[in-house]
Amino acid sequence: MDVNFKMDKPVERSLLDTTNQNIISRPLDRIEGPLKVSGRAKYSAEFKLPNMAHGVLVGAAIGKGRVKEIDVKSVEALPGVLMVVTDTEKFLRNPAQGMDTEAPKQGVTSIDYFGQPIALVVAETFEAARNAANALSVTYEDAEGRFDFDARIDTAKPKKDSEKNQGDVDDAMRSAHANVDAKWTTPSQSSAAMEPHASLAHWEGQKLVLYGSYQMLSSNRLQLADAMGLDPEDVRILAHYVGGGFGAKLGIGPESVAAAVAAKDLGRPVRVVMTRQQVFEATVRRSNTVQHLQLAADAEGRLTGVSHETITGNLEGEDFSEPASAATQFLYSGANRRFGNEIVLMDQVLAGSMRAPGEAVGMLALEGAMDELAELLDVDPVELRKRNIPERHPTSDLPFSSRSLAECLEIGARDFGWSKRKSAPASTLEGEWWIGHGMATAARSNMLIKSSARVTLQPDGRALVETDMTDIGTGTYTILAQIAAELLGLPIDAVDIHLGDTNFPPASGSGGSFGAASAGTSVYLACEKLRQTIAEKLGGEVEDLVLSDGMARMGNTSEPLSELIAEPLEATATVEPGETGKAFVQAGFGAHFAEVAVHAHTGEVRVRRMEGTFAAGRILNEKTAISQCFGGMVFGIGTALTEDMMHDHRYGHIVNRDLAEYHLPVNADVPQLKVKFLEERDHAANPLLAKGIGELGISGAGAAIANAIYNACGVRVRDYPITLDKLIDHLPDPKGL
Amino acid sequence: MKAFDYQRADSAQAAAAMAANAQGVRFIAGGTNLLDLMKLEIERPETVIDISRLPLDAIEDTEDGGLRIGALVTNSDLAADARVRRDYEVLARALLSGASGQLRNKATTGGNLLQRTRCFYFYNRAMPCNKREPGSGCAALEGRNRIHAILGGSEHCIATHPSDMAVAMMALGASVEIQSPDGKTKTLALSELYRLPGDTPHLETELEQGDLITGVVLPAPVGGRQIYRKVRDRASYAFALVSVAAVIGLEDGKIGSAQLAFGGLAPMPWRNSDLEDALIGQTPSPELWGRAADILLADAKGHGENDFKIALARRTLAHVLDAACGGEK
Ligand SMILES: Cc1cc2nc3c(=O)[nH]c(=O)nc-3n(C[C@H](O)[C@H](O)[C@H](O)COP(=O)(O)OP(=O)(O)OC[C@H]3O[C@@H](n4cnc5c(N)ncnc54)[C@H](O)[C@@H]3O)c2cc1C
Ligand code: SF4
Repeated sequence: MDVNFKMDKPVERSLLDTTNQNIISRPLDRIEGPLKVSGRAKYSAEFKLPNMAHGVLVGAAIGKGRVKEIDVKSVEALPGVLMVVTDTEKFLRNPAQGMDTEAPKQGVTSIDYFGQPIALVVAETFEAARNAANALSVTYEDAEGRFDFDARIDTAKPKKDSEKNQGDVDDAMRSAHANVDAKWTTPSQSSAAMEPHASLAHWEGQKLVLYGSYQMLSSNRLQLADAMGLDPEDVRILAHYVGGGFGAKLGIGPESVAAAVAAKDLGRPVRVVMTRQQVFEATVRRSNTVQHLQLAADAEGRLTGVSHETITGNLEGEDFSEPASAATQFLYSGANRRFGNEIVLMDQVLAGSMRAPGEAVGMLALEGAMDELAELLDVDPVELRKRNIPERHPTSDLPFSSRSLAECLEIGARDFGWSKRKSAPASTLEGEWWIGHGMATAARSNMLIKSSARVTLQPDGRALVETDMTDIGTGTYTILAQIAAELLGLPIDAVDIHLGDTNFPPASGSGGSFGAASAGTSVYLACEKLRQTIAEKLGGEVEDLVLSDGMARMGNTSEPLSELIAEPLEATATVEPGETGKAFVQAGFGAHFAEVAVHAHTGEVRVRRMEGTFAAGRILNEKTAISQCFGGMVFGIGTALTEDMMHDHRYGHIVNRDLAEYHLPVNADVPQLKVKFLEERDHAANPLLAKGIGELGISGAGAAIANAIYNACGVRVRDYPITLDKLIDHLPDPKGL
Repeated sequence: MKAFDYQRADSAQAAAAMAANAQGVRFIAGGTNLLDLMKLEIERPETVIDISRLPLDAIEDTEDGGLRIGALVTNSDLAADARVRRDYEVLARALLSGASGQLRNKATTGGNLLQRTRCFYFYNRAMPCNKREPGSGCAALEGRNRIHAILGGSEHCIATHPSDMAVAMMALGASVEIQSPDGKTKTLALSELYRLPGDTPHLETELEQGDLITGVVLPAPVGGRQIYRKVRDRASYAFALVSVAAVIGLEDGKIGSAQLAFGGLAPMPWRNSDLEDALIGQTPSPELWGRAADILLADAKGHGENDFKIALARRTLAHVLDAACGGEK
């Protein structure tokens, strides 16, 4: 029984609003939580296959040039060493980008960035392999590298089709009552997921089985098959649990192909786990950006012009460029508009999608500029934003599918106590700390991606959900179980969720905040189909069917599902994006409010409290959704204050490539966070009426902190992260201290 | 990690003697620094002598009213000791500002003193680094040197010593007890334990082959206000950009005694007696703090990204002195 559904018109009524199992939206604990905290949830690197060997990647020790020779003999005699794989043709030059359906660039004789994997040393133990990888003697031919972004910025070339022009921004700027015209810079960032990339490959005849730590298995399978010259049918990828991805695991990484090649050559399973340093050097980074923002406004504080132009870096042959103006294009009104991206070719590790590509750093600039404009106009920052919420998309004139932005701003401001804020900077000194408050809008586009799932009702009354969807720590297992339990009228522990295996129907994967809505819809559709079958069995209309607590009721008859079903009942459903994706602007919205303290002498910044109010359609599980927003806000703290992947301009390498020196926020940096969701339904998004949430919490979060820093001490820093060295020379004199 | 011989010593004398003649030998205590460096093969010992079971984990009173801290006392235990908290508050605070709870449970007093720099280039074997590979050059001098030294460096190395504990001990006038391989013991003032890099940055201390640190002795407490102020890039779990350990005694509104040491600024915990002399007998004032900073920073040299440390050290010193002399703490 297959269902195919295309999201061509708004869904008037969601089944989830008609059922009464009372499971959907509830803040249930993660169903796989006990497995995780007791170490029974197995991650890719934890699988052990009989006769397994261990591989360690060798990264290039130069930033640009060629490999002249790899002296395999230099390590062959070391104890435990089995082989050195130098498949210069097949090895990946860089990881695949998310959703690619082909292999990324392969071939590693030429070196395009420091740390680019060039060989794999395989040994009986991990320790022996690591030692041999360190000892492997490689000779290089050095070439001049393109390592200095600032020095090369004039060589930036427009990204194809990124330019958008409407009206005349320059004219709007000239005739504005007030305008902001400034540049913001953001550094490279690393996803730094807790679980490093890992692959365990083994061959079953001509078929490749890979335990890999990836986010999007069905496209990962295509990438891997293409890279290995295999039919996709002959590749199986498993990823039952993934320890965070944040974009870095959207596409296959170098360790997958290396493990597959080695396993083939050796005739044994081979496991390759990247080191933390390799994750920094040879997976994916968020590009550094230079963003030029121009805002023009009239005397009433209405925007007349908006321009957001971005320069990023990337490897030759890659056209990804952080779409920093993604939300700027629809968030605020203004008749004259200009957007564009330019790319500087760099010999640096691949730039790709990291959590909220675009909004995560674009909103830092836009919302900083809005704060500056509010000050120039002497309008409250919340009010300025409300005044500029456009009726429809400012360029395409399309309607918004759902948008509770004004409500988020109002309720967020009220809950936070925004009205007590002093608008003049450096007005409040508490002890040695300047205290300030700042806010920013949150916005992140919503998407639906093709996704399939199979749901089987078993004769024992249990349901089984199968899809190659992944749970990268976000709560997918739990929300899919909630959807199935709600629609099939089952207690949640009567639902089994099997994810992360390409033998199951292909799903959207986890990325772009579309996973819950896309995979969730496929489960919804399959359950809807099963409901119909049950209704038929009971000889009635599905509208009259009530499923709850394992019972099926129709009129006066009531029967346990387990008695009704003799053979397993199966339905496979696929959802595809359709016309509503084109007819509406779809996005999640919210508002961030932050209180910070800036030390009057040392410039240290501490976030004292932070509140986010969001609306993202139906919330499928309040607890996991709040956790997603917490995570996003913590990302925002890191972005605002500490995270900076430092490149060396002479050697091209990443200087701070471990978690001691790449500073993510630690617990002490994160105050009590508060998250509130407003009730909302999005009928154009999907039949769940839900929108994505994983990336909404980060969008704008850092800007609220930057704006609060300005309010605290009167120093405007447009160069992220806002470390104390950027503040100390400008701090006001704390009179009275 | 390179394969190595593992040996376990059953006394301090034996440990020193075992280490006297072996090639590329290292003691291992908590292992929190050594093992990381061995995995990266920045340290490649042939022999590792495990000293972690030696009976050097006591904190005892000394005859002249001070404290002897065994080399294997963990950072956590030391910070929690009632005498330390009462009489050497600056040390307890310094310890608790370092690393994380888990690391402090393993980290030892001896290991903390001898932990190696966190210079980015020292940690990357593909980079020139005179400390790791004498004569190869110093990649930090004209590179990313935000965390590097502004005092005491040379044109061969500008790495900082990363310890917090050692900064407080330096301010307290600690000395180090050493077991030599020849069976003798010796004592070095902590200020004499470390060497400045000069043209031999790979030589970091005055210890000789086989020398084992058995303990640290603190002189009798001097009282006064004790402050450890660590300024860093995040609220916890980061090394100091600048830290100040201060023990200040006031007499009739004037500074009676001043013991100050600085972290994050130099290749060793930094103490400057001229600065202390300039404070003693003076009335606290912002001008005095300025003069003190002038003395401290007279020879300070920024290398680009770390220029800010000069201003930060000045500000932090003033702020600490102010707090120690009655202002806010
Ligand atoms: C992520 C991270 C963050 C950290 N943050 C901080 C911080 O903020 N502040 C801070 O001060 N420290 C910090 N540390 C460093 C930590 O304090 C040191 O690693 C620890 O103190 C070393 O002690 P250990 O006993 O583990 O030493 P080991 O690793 O066992 O040894 C270190 C060195 O000392 C030698 N050694 C050990 N004991 C003796 C002895 N008795 N005699 C002679 N030689 C000896 C060893 O041979 C080795 O060379 C951090 C460490 C990490 C990993
Ligand atoms: S500062 Fe010292 S440790 Fe760092 S690269 Fe230079 S020589 Fe090596």
